[in-house]
Amino acid sequence: MITAIHQLKNIKTKQFTFAFPPNEFILESGKKLGPITIVYETYGELNKEKTNAILVAHALSGDAHAGSHPNDNIVGWWDNLIGPGKFIDTNKFFVICSNVIGGCSGSTGPSSINPKTKREYATDFPIISIGDIVNVQKKLIDHLNIDKLLSVIGGSMGGMQVLQWMVAYPEKIKSAIPVATTMKHTPQQIAFNEVGRQAIISDPNWKKGQYYDSKIPVKGLALARMIGHITYMSDDSMKTKFGRRYKLNKENNKFGAEFEVEGYLHYRGDSFVKRFDPNSYLYITKAMNYFNIQNGKRLGSIFKGLKAKVLVISFKSDWLYPAQQSQKIVKACKLANVKTTYCDINSNYGHDAFLLEVIEEGQIIKHFLNSVLSND
Amino acid sequence: MEWINEESTVLDLGCGKGDLLSLLIEKKRVNAQGIEIDQHAIQQCIIKGLNVLQEDIDSGLSDYSEKSLDYVILNQTFQQVKKPAFVLREALRISRKTIVGFPNFLHFSSRLKMCFGGKVPVTKSLPYKWYDTPNLHFFSIADFIEYCKTKEIKIEEKVIISKNKKVKLFPNVLGEIGLFLLSK
Repeated sequence: MITAIHQLKNIKTKQFTFAFPPNEFILESGKKLGPITIVYETYGELNKEKTNAILVAHALSGDAHAGSHPNDNIVGWWDNLIGPGKFIDTNKFFVICSNVIGGCSGSTGPSSINPKTKREYATDFPIISIGDIVNVQKKLIDHLNIDKLLSVIGGSMGGMQVLQWMVAYPEKIKSAIPVATTMKHTPQQIAFNEVGRQAIISDPNWKKGQYYDSKIPVKGLALARMIGHITYMSDDSMKTKFGRRYKLNKENNKFGAEFEVEGYLHYRGDSFVKRFDPNSYLYITKAMNYFNIQNGKRLGSIFKGLKAKVLVISFKSDWLYPAQQSQKIVKACKLANVKTTYCDINSNYGHDAFLLEVIEEGQIIKHFLNSVLSND
Repeated sequence: MEWINEESTVLDLGCGKGDLLSLLIEKKRVNAQGIEIDQHAIQQCIIKGLNVLQEDIDSGLSDYSEKSLDYVILNQTFQQVKKPAFVLREALRISRKTIVGFPNFLHFSSRLKMCFGGKVPVTKSLPYKWYDTPNLHFFSIADFIEYCKTKEIKIEEKVIISKNKKVKLFPNVLGEIGLFLLSK
């Protein structure tokens, strides 16, 4: 059912499995998980000194396939940024992107087989956090024998992982680029995720998560994705993209999709269910909602002692992760005397800008990475 | 430039493309931070490897605590902000020394053009037409000195420049640019 895994088989995906019982991985919740498989891709070559490695962290629905290799049958989600001669130039840098745990594109998640029961974990899968996701990434970086990353880059939930790296492993990064993200979700952001989860849970096919050998709750997941997509776009980008135009093939019933925007949301919802596991959606959105890098600390002490250079990026029309949230990150960096650059990029795309506004974003990232590289 | 000590902390408000900060890093190895509002200027700063924040100076510098920086620089920015009095007060609050540089609106070439040309002057240090100038406030060197006096701002040093040379006589008439080292 999760075709991404099959598709990814044509792609140069690598695997790393660790934490075999009895030495399971201890999650932040104290629960144990193991063995853990983490699926990852790499682009470019690691230099001899191992100083050119960049970790790219993906967002809620992303996977390890950030860039592309020759003969790939699908393009990576940040392909216009990552590649030879591109903004994140793989002639220069060694780029790593791994699928998060809890996900469904190869890394251990609720759709993986639980060795104890020989069945899918489903809702027996433990609750995971952004901290757990990053701790597992750290295991992968150790496995690759990389002592220090040149940079960690990510947008949205990927940005949360970047912030987590800044706090959990400040000595292990030379720079960090959190894009269109937040130090913690607001009630509004928590609420949108909750509606998405409720859409899945109220689908009769969800059956408390035990659906792997029967019908999948595709309706619920598609609905969650539709809500998500509304929050990823801006009012302006929707007007430009769809206006009030009617779609070509109207459905033959009173309440079928008529407007182009409706058709688009249906299409997005329907294509998402082919590649994403509903239970993963529940687990990952939970991790996002729990994320709170401040965690009761004073703003000035969050990044205290961080030596890495930080580039914070937001987008003007992003209302899901608005600029003020990035400015709060900047403020926390300033108070901690962290070397910080901040750019609020002009864009109409809304939150999706971090995937679409690649020229402006790419230029800034490129120049920033070059300055980090030449700082040796 | 001579006013700035080696390895000090410098915040340049309205740093533009970052030329001054790069120079200060090179010559004085300062710990530099720029603030700029224009996205393309910011990109130029990033190319130079500077730390720059896209922020509006007019909305304040409340993130910085009292005397937390050695120098704040307002070079050719001061006449362009909406609230110069507020910005200067904030700059003096967060820095040990504040450096302000601005064009003298009452340089004699401007006076001549105004009196005899009957038009708002366009000169080397004030190169803009009245309809597209970023300069929001027009004042002279004498105006600024008077302002500092009324606000009890200490002028530690001042240099008045014309054609890249220091002006000693009649600075308010012969000076094109005023540079002030202030503290409070």
